[in-house]
Amino acid sequence: MKLWGLAAAVAVAVMIAGAAEARDQIRIVGSSTVFPFATAVAERFGRGTPFKTPVVESTGSGSGLKLFCAGLGVPHPDITNASRRIKRSEVERCRDNGVGEITEVKIGYDGIVIANARTEVRIALTLRQLFLVLAKDVPADEDGAELIPNPYKTWKDVDAALPDKAIEVLGPPPTSGTRDAFVERAMEKGCKTFPAIKAMRRTDRISYQAICHAIREDGAFVEAGENDVLIVQKLIANPNAYGIFGFSFLDQNLDKIQGNLVNGILPEFETISEGSYPISRSMYFYIKNAHADVIPGVADYVAEFTSEKAWGPDGYLADKGLIPLSDEERARSRTDAMGLLPLAM
Amino acid sequence: MTDQRRLRRRYRAERRFEFYGLLAVLVALAALVVLLGTLLGKGLSAFHQTHLRLDVTFAEEVLDRQGTRAPEVLWAADYGALVKRALGTRFPDVATRRDRRALARLLSSGAQYALRDMVLADPAIIGETLSIELPASDDIDMLHKGQLARDIPEARRKVSDQQIAWFDSLAAQGAVASRFNVGFFSGGDSREPELAGIWSAVLGSFWMMAVCVALAVPIGVMAAVYLEEFAPRNRWTDAIEVNINNLAAVPSIIFGLLGLAVFLSFLGLPRSAPLVGGMVLALMTLPTVIIAGRAAIKAVPPSIREAALGVGASPVQVVVHHVLPLAMPGIMTGTIIGLARALGETAPLLMIGMVAFIVDAPGGPLDASTALPVQVYLWADSPERAFVEKTSAAILVLLGFLIAMNGFAVFLRNRFERRW
Repeated sequence: MKLWGLAAAVAVAVMIAGAAEARDQIRIVGSSTVFPFATAVAERFGRGTPFKTPVVESTGSGSGLKLFCAGLGVPHPDITNASRRIKRSEVERCRDNGVGEITEVKIGYDGIVIANARTEVRIALTLRQLFLVLAKDVPADEDGAELIPNPYKTWKDVDAALPDKAIEVLGPPPTSGTRDAFVERAMEKGCKTFPAIKAMRRTDRISYQAICHAIREDGAFVEAGENDVLIVQKLIANPNAYGIFGFSFLDQNLDKIQGNLVNGILPEFETISEGSYPISRSMYFYIKNAHADVIPGVADYVAEFTSEKAWGPDGYLADKGLIPLSDEERARSRTDAMGLLPLAM
Repeated sequence: MTDQRRLRRRYRAERRFEFYGLLAVLVALAALVVLLGTLLGKGLSAFHQTHLRLDVTFAEEVLDRQGTRAPEVLWAADYGALVKRALGTRFPDVATRRDRRALARLLSSGAQYALRDMVLADPAIIGETLSIELPASDDIDMLHKGQLARDIPEARRKVSDQQIAWFDSLAAQGAVASRFNVGFFSGGDSREPELAGIWSAVLGSFWMMAVCVALAVPIGVMAAVYLEEFAPRNRWTDAIEVNINNLAAVPSIIFGLLGLAVFLSFLGLPRSAPLVGGMVLALMTLPTVIIAGRAAIKAVPPSIREAALGVGASPVQVVVHHVLPLAMPGIMTGTIIGLARALGETAPLLMIGMVAFIVDAPGGPLDASTALPVQVYLWADSPERAFVEKTSAAILVLLGFLIAMNGFAVFLRNRFERRW
């Protein structure tokens, strides 16, 4: 009995000691949108170098930055992915926790598409129509001074040119970075086309955001969870539904679903890359400079990510649906990343 | 007359009741058949994999110009170039860079690593030309398995007309083969569906279960023995009993939050480690083990205890020599069912960082790893079409483990249970 107790104590001690040891594996957290790209790089890095394959966790941009900024040392991640830029408050949080210098690497763009089943007609939307379709409260007149709860039941109600189908849109929940980007890049832009609301932006920023960012909750917009695969399957099963998700899922399923025109532009590799497709966002990752010297392989991982064979127009990340930066942007971003140029904000 | 009618009505009611019961069973069975049918229909194809046969020349000037044959040199050599050359020799007409890239996409990016492993295993093959089966890319695999329609317009297909033509010409020469997918069982996670495997997830699940058993069984059995055999009946033990029953019904994510707060933040244990996962799952399984253990101990007839005490056994001897051995089959059955539930959990693992892309198989309970249900979750969320079949196949493997565990529990019950 005594022997067992001793053995158990030794086992626990060894485990704790082992845990406190330095790490030889890179740890990455962050955005679920960047996850497919970061994992592809991590895998090539693990196969092509003597280092261990990095552990990549999909936590979402916000949670990722929270973990990243929690402190320095072995338990904290070395790199975080983000589908939006780091906020000032997050930089301050990092500073308060002694994280020190961090490096920002912009890796490419992602488009957010409004897609439906191939069997249906392709529609052409403007951002203004999109706002009217999805907003919780919509302007009662052209000016936008008076608001009424969204009365539109069918697409035709919004604009006679749109199909006579009940509005049914599947999209990401509020916890998702895709939702944040969609609300900012699509809803707000459409919302601003009403002069009275646009004027409100200067006078009453809080109500302006409340009006422009609120999505209807009467059942016409369905929160379909973080699982974009599920949305794609539902679109195939239900031809009347439209879905909002990242471009890479459209790209992988072009035989069954199609993207719809927004402001006259189709979501395609080229249009998102050159910035003419209106709903797109940049993606980033952030490196903890203090870890780059201590954790083996961080510099090599960054080198792999920023190599032409990875993030170039013909690289393997483009195959995964990443929309690359322009040639100049890539060159600059790579130099900054390799030199661990600290983020100044 | 009225009596007769009432009797008939009663018989009818009885038959109806029986029919409802049968209906309920049939509904449950139909649901099971649909579930298994979909899984088998989607998942079985993942167990074999398309390979393309090519003549590969292990050119010395590519692999080892100096002729050192040093493992570092061989390891770092450009095996991708070998693959491209082999494809170039097979299809000499392909000239433009764009077409060559399209041609290279016939093969998996894992092809070059397969060649590297061959050379490292036997450097003597350098300089030779061998006919080798290399794994096809996921799109070609889907095409060969008929899961990618050929008759839709080219722009909407992942595979171009040209690629289909190349593939067909290979197929016409018998250079396309379907092989059992060994990599699915021996490999780790991958972003390339054709290379993705479940081995590291299985190992992660194994370590987690090992930790879980090591913690939950001794603690749970001791708690059950104490509560049944030694504890006085008072307000305290009643409160403990109510709490244990409540804990058994607590949603599993709560245990994950507890693990995050206590094991990671307070004790500083590593993120994503099966050790922490096992500890969290042990907490989750404990109430089940205690409840099953108490029921099994209670089922041992008092006459056994009295007889043992009567011939002079001490209370500890009664428990260790008589009660526990007789209660063991019941305890084990409860434990295995608790563990089977723990094996299928993902929610608590989300909080402690085990839902992650982890390729390397864990060598121990402290290495980062995922678990089988996590792998299912991650694949289900991947955009590539070929992951659909991998997801179903991984679910089939998980179901296999669950059925095996439950079967073992049934076996234990039938083999060792004593009835009084």
